[in-house]
Amino acid sequence: MVVGIKDTVKLIGISVISCCAVLVCAMFLNYYFDVLQIEDLICSEQAHVFYHAQVLVVRVVCAVSGGCLLVTSVVMLFFYIKHYIDSHKKELGILKALGYSNMRIACNFWVFGMSVFAGATVGFLGAFLLMPEFYRYQNEDNILPETVISFHPSLVLYLVVLPTAGFALLAVVYAALKLKKPVLLLLRDSLQSGVKVRKQKNAKERDCLFIDELRRDTLRTRKTLVFFIVFASFCFSSMTQMSASMNELASEMMGMMMLLMGIILACTTLFLAITTVIRGNTKTIAMMRVFGYSQKECCRALLGGYRPASYIGFAVGTIYQYGLLRIMVDIVFKDMEGVPAYEFDFPAMFFSLGLFLVVYEFVMFYYSGKIKKVSVKEVMLE
Amino acid sequence: MIEIKDIKKSYGSHENKLSVLKGISTKIEDGDFVVILGASGSGKSTFLNVISGLEYPDSGSVRYDGRDITRLSDGDLTLFRKETVGFIFQQYYLLPHMTVEKNVRMGADLAGNSDYRKIIKSVGLGEKLRKYPGELSGGEQQRVSIARALAKKPKVLFLDEPTGALDEQTGRQVLDYISALQKEHGFTVVMVTHNLNIAQMANTVIKMNSGKIVEISGNEAPKTAYEIGW
Repeated sequence: MVVGIKDTVKLIGISVISCCAVLVCAMFLNYYFDVLQIEDLICSEQAHVFYHAQVLVVRVVCAVSGGCLLVTSVVMLFFYIKHYIDSHKKELGILKALGYSNMRIACNFWVFGMSVFAGATVGFLGAFLLMPEFYRYQNEDNILPETVISFHPSLVLYLVVLPTAGFALLAVVYAALKLKKPVLLLLRDSLQSGVKVRKQKNAKERDCLFIDELRRDTLRTRKTLVFFIVFASFCFSSMTQMSASMNELASEMMGMMMLLMGIILACTTLFLAITTVIRGNTKTIAMMRVFGYSQKECCRALLGGYRPASYIGFAVGTIYQYGLLRIMVDIVFKDMEGVPAYEFDFPAMFFSLGLFLVVYEFVMFYYSGKIKKVSVKEVMLE
Repeated sequence: MIEIKDIKKSYGSHENKLSVLKGISTKIEDGDFVVILGASGSGKSTFLNVISGLEYPDSGSVRYDGRDITRLSDGDLTLFRKETVGFIFQQYYLLPHMTVEKNVRMGADLAGNSDYRKIIKSVGLGEKLRKYPGELSGGEQQRVSIARALAKKPKVLFLDEPTGALDEQTGRQVLDYISALQKEHGFTVVMVTHNLNIAQMANTVIKMNSGKIVEISGNEAPKTAYEIGW
């Protein structure tokens, strides 16, 4: 077997994202199905407005959170499969040389769908644990008739079974496409093959220092990681600010849940991205250390380029959370009475930015220690 | 001058402990061309790693003009490598996403050397500045790694089986470049090899076996890369 269950453990990032997506969607969709059943019992005009606002909130939250996290999970899955194939070129090349077809090898990649199963299951069960509190908050003013928590088996199908099957199928198809390479190309040294030759555009680019060129090159050759860094800081920024801004709009539980989800999503994605940068550049780091580049210079060259991307992600997250809350207040809850006015929360933004800087720099500091531990001898013995 | 005194190095622990260097002492004069000769597993590469500051020994000292590098911190050892030594390896270890020029700048920038293009020309790659390692032959890649090592103006150049992955003709050419550049710049060369013939190019030959030096001999009339056998 080419890919084992232990390989799926490395896909913890996908599991965490699936868990968060399913947790949110399961809570809101379960509420949606339950609240639909009491529609006929609603008599007053105010209750009708409130009911429609609740239904709209469910649709917006599920579409935005679910959609955003789904896209990220797919990108992450593709990234993992590509990374796996790149780092196991020789083994895969030998299998192909022995006569195994692309599809036969690719079929083993279905196990990557198990990471989604694990995350989705935890998320689904977690949603049911939080549901009583969530239902109570959704109707805390007793505007609607009492909504009873029911189990909807179709949600298991939509949120656990279908995503697992979908991701497993996606993994197989994508792996089959990525395996469509000549056997010799897979068998050759992975360092030399597959490097896209890129002509340098101008004299300024040609004359820049080695460290600056390495920084650009790291960003250029690992664009997916730039996406992950932007996503991590986006999650952190939007979720932490939203949780702080929602004090008056939602319950403390919702705020705390968003804060935790934001931090978990951001840290998982950030750790995944930076670990990949370090692992993918082990030989470069080793050679730089051999030649006498300091740990600080190695960090600056390999990790420094991602800092602007993280700030961009933070800015986008700030705009996103403001836009989403604005839509909620101005469009979804516009006909409702007693909804507090919402303005941009500057203290929350500065608090979030400060916390983000501390977390980001701590992660970078942690990884600079990892760079120091790169063993020159191990690289040379390969 | 490099003074090496009673270097010991072992790997593993308890029953699995493997003693690789068993008390090695010798001296290497400035400007010397030294070849360390030995069979696979004799400890020659570990010896090279220890005296070049890539690895710490378990005991013993390695003094460069009186300064013991085995007592330096990791940061100071990095600085020592930056200022003093250059490396050439059998596997080249070029950065595949960088052009020849940028690979050489990896060494040149450390020494603030803006004349690195001259070195690229001197190894015969003046026309291939913008090529990537994947577009070069094995011999050309090794010449890039020579240029990269020399661009940082090392006082001592360490080579670990530099011709191990090359054919005879390319191997001779690479050795010829190294020899010519050493004569021109006057740096010390310490080369590890298992090829007996290459030892004929050296001023000093250190033979190793089972982690010990078994013989040190001098060569009064070193041969050129094209005079030795292969």
